Amino acid sequence: MSAIPILGVWLAGLALNLWLARFDTRATRTAVALIFGATIILLWEMTVRIYQVPTVILPAPSLIAESVVANRSILWADFVQTILKGALSGWVIGAAAAVATAIAIDRSPFLQRGLLPIGNFVSALPIVGIAPILVMWFGFDWQSKAAVVVVMVFFPILVNMVAGLKATEPMQRDLMSSWAAPYWPALWKLRLPAAMPFLFNGLKITTTLALIGAIVAEFFGSPTRGMGFRISTAVGRLDLPLVWAEIVVAALAGTLFYGIVALIEKKVTFWHPSQRG
Amino acid sequence: MDASPLPRNAAIAPAAPVIEARGVSLTFQTADGPVHALKDVDLSIGRGEFVSFIGPSGCGKTTFLRSIAALETPTGGTLSVNGMEPDAARRARAYGYVFQAPGLYPWRTIAGNISLPLEIMGFSRAERAERIARVLDLVELSGFGAKFPWQLSGGMQQRASIARALAFDADILLMDEPFGALDEIVRDRLNEALLELWRKTGKTIGFVTHSIPEAVYLSTRIVVMSPRPGRITRVIESTLPAERPLDIRDTPEFIALAHEVREGLREGHAHD
Amino acid sequence: MIEAWRRAGRGNLVPILTVLLIIIGIWYLGAIRMNAQWERDQAARAGIELSLPELVSRTLSQDRPVLPAPHQVAEGLWQGVAGQAVTSRRSLVWHGWVTLSATLAGFAIGTAAGIVLAIGIVHSRAMDQSVMPWAVASQTVPILAIAPMVIVVLASIGVTGLLPKAIIAAWLSFFPVLVGMVKGLRTPDGMQLDQMRSWSAGGGRTFWHLRLPSSLPYLFASLKVAIAAALVGTIVGELPAGATAGLGARLLSGSYYGQTVQIWSALFAAAILAATLVAIVGLLERATLKRMGLAR
Repeated sequence: MSAIPILGVWLAGLALNLWLARFDTRATRTAVALIFGATIILLWEMTVRIYQVPTVILPAPSLIAESVVANRSILWADFVQTILKGALSGWVIGAAAAVATAIAIDRSPFLQRGLLPIGNFVSALPIVGIAPILVMWFGFDWQSKAAVVVVMVFFPILVNMVAGLKATEPMQRDLMSSWAAPYWPALWKLRLPAAMPFLFNGLKITTTLALIGAIVAEFFGSPTRGMGFRISTAVGRLDLPLVWAEIVVAALAGTLFYGIVALIEKKVTFWHPSQRG
Repeated sequence: MDASPLPRNAAIAPAAPVIEARGVSLTFQTADGPVHALKDVDLSIGRGEFVSFIGPSGCGKTTFLRSIAALETPTGGTLSVNGMEPDAARRARAYGYVFQAPGLYPWRTIAGNISLPLEIMGFSRAERAERIARVLDLVELSGFGAKFPWQLSGGMQQRASIARALAFDADILLMDEPFGALDEIVRDRLNEALLELWRKTGKTIGFVTHSIPEAVYLSTRIVVMSPRPGRITRVIESTLPAERPLDIRDTPEFIALAHEVREGLREGHAHD
Repeated sequence: MIEAWRRAGRGNLVPILTVLLIIIGIWYLGAIRMNAQWERDQAARAGIELSLPELVSRTLSQDRPVLPAPHQVAEGLWQGVAGQAVTSRRSLVWHGWVTLSATLAGFAIGTAAGIVLAIGIVHSRAMDQSVMPWAVASQTVPILAIAPMVIVVLASIGVTGLLPKAIIAAWLSFFPVLVGMVKGLRTPDGMQLDQMRSWSAGGGRTFWHLRLPSSLPYLFASLKVAIAAALVGTIVGELPAGATAGLGARLLSGSYYGQTVQIWSALFAAAILAATLVAIVGLLERATLKRMGLAR
């Protein structure tokens, strides 16, 4: 019997979305996605309450929200430690190193042919595994997390950047040659702008990797703050609402990070067909 | 770099040829054995001439143009441009090159695209602005300088790429099927505009095409080429006057020239 | 064409080997540099003077080096693979199998779910508009980072062993497959779909003869991403304290006891496993696309 309200909400959400989906405008499409999300959260809340699911297994969304509010100073400190110090600094260093390496090996097809297959290979490996090693080398604080992130983001960005530097058409290179353009102006004025869509592709993929690296590295040792540290200790204390609060922060941080990079991409590569829309 | 509007005119007598080829050959080594893209090509082009290269694909017309531009290196014979080796001429910025596609950079405006070679060649900001305005006017694109290439039609983009090739005032203009990708109507208008531009500037133009009417309409001389190996089979002097309205293409003189070109093409084919 | 490819492949071997040699060289130098401090301290304590060759040879044969030398890792790997009975707790084959079985189970579940949902999304606009924005947004969320928590929570309600890890692996392989498959099923353009309509082919036929075949290149591309993600997910799922089996557990116990050679061996075992899995999917891809005449 108790399942009836749950079924009711589900059917109501479904019916609403089926009806809205027929209009297919920008506004209804956003509405459909939002309604879907809201329905899930509502169903979650109702299920937890009606069946009295233990908090240890699945806390209700309202409980998680309460925990976010109550622990906001802790969450902020963890955000600064893990996202800003660990993930962001590592991502910037890794990206800069990858771009510099791509430009450095640009004039050597030999090195490119050697490094690219290795880069592609390494990109598919479980690199998070080096976290314990780097924690041993660089200590418990954010430096070791940044180091993990550097290694994780380096190869995907390198591979994309090298592909981007190759992305100019032969005709455009011939044009440069017909103007007798020296190497650096040709790189600066033709090949770097042409590589931007590829570079941003790499930068976008690696935003998530950076967060993962920074959080997972904390499982191998951290000061008494940080999202990974908080998750593992809160799990130990069975404080699941706090764990979920950290997950919410991680999800928001991930989306925000990606969104900011995508926004910069839109500004930089406004000319690319995929951005003109 | 003086800013006086126009360089030397065609009226000046062609003392030494601008482009001179003696026994030029070019062989590509491929997996299926050597390919003779050019074999024993002799040609000299005087100042202010408009020379078209016509022939079926594989006849080496583009390869020859690219060799003049030092984008390819001949494997035999001698080739000189302005009395220099082609590569030295390239580094001296002796020519402007127009490709089949406009090849404009999408992240630069039309004015920015025309400015690009000027930036690379080290022109001052004021000089660049002045030259951009002048060539935009020449190709009738004034007022479009601030647009991005992808906001313009194909014909306008190609005109912008011609403007870009004109901006640094090289004496030679090399054009590789510049209008090949455009429709007939746009093509007619651009042909007319190109003739007008050639008369105004007096540049030496090398023009690759596979359209017989285009070659006859534009050129002072038509070079017919044929493939395997790529070579010149006939050189036809145009008898048309310098002033050429579009309807000159209906005159018997024009039709006779077109016929001669077609004959030349067929002749080249008979060798197979 | 094939000949040209083959020559290109042969042409890459020398550069790859060169770069590998450079990396190994840097590795050896790094090992000597990073391990030298400890040897110098030891020597100073014992009151002896080390010559350079002695110092070098000692740095490359420590028990718990800061950075093990390549040959030590190779030896550790060899010991772990061939030096033990495969049922032994110290055998990398055994730990590798624990990881692999969870990875494959999760990969199968995630792929199946992804394909089914993708088919639903392509055929229902309501589903498309409801699920896709969240599926795309979820790619930006560091789901992997909460994997250990999932394990602990599931363990607290009595679910242990292969299943929790497989759930994480499934979750991670689900999204790439879903997104890739939706993209693939949508590749047929209006003209191709209209042609199907002109032959009055129904939804089922259009699916089997047009949508599904055109989606396969996309499916395989995302399967390669998915299987690598599934493996990473499983390994991270093996990290919580208490886990005793699997390559992730080897990493963790190595880091607890400072057994650096063990960490590096487990790491390389994981790398080899990942490379093998991706290569197998790649082979399947090539065979399938070749049969369909889509191979490049």
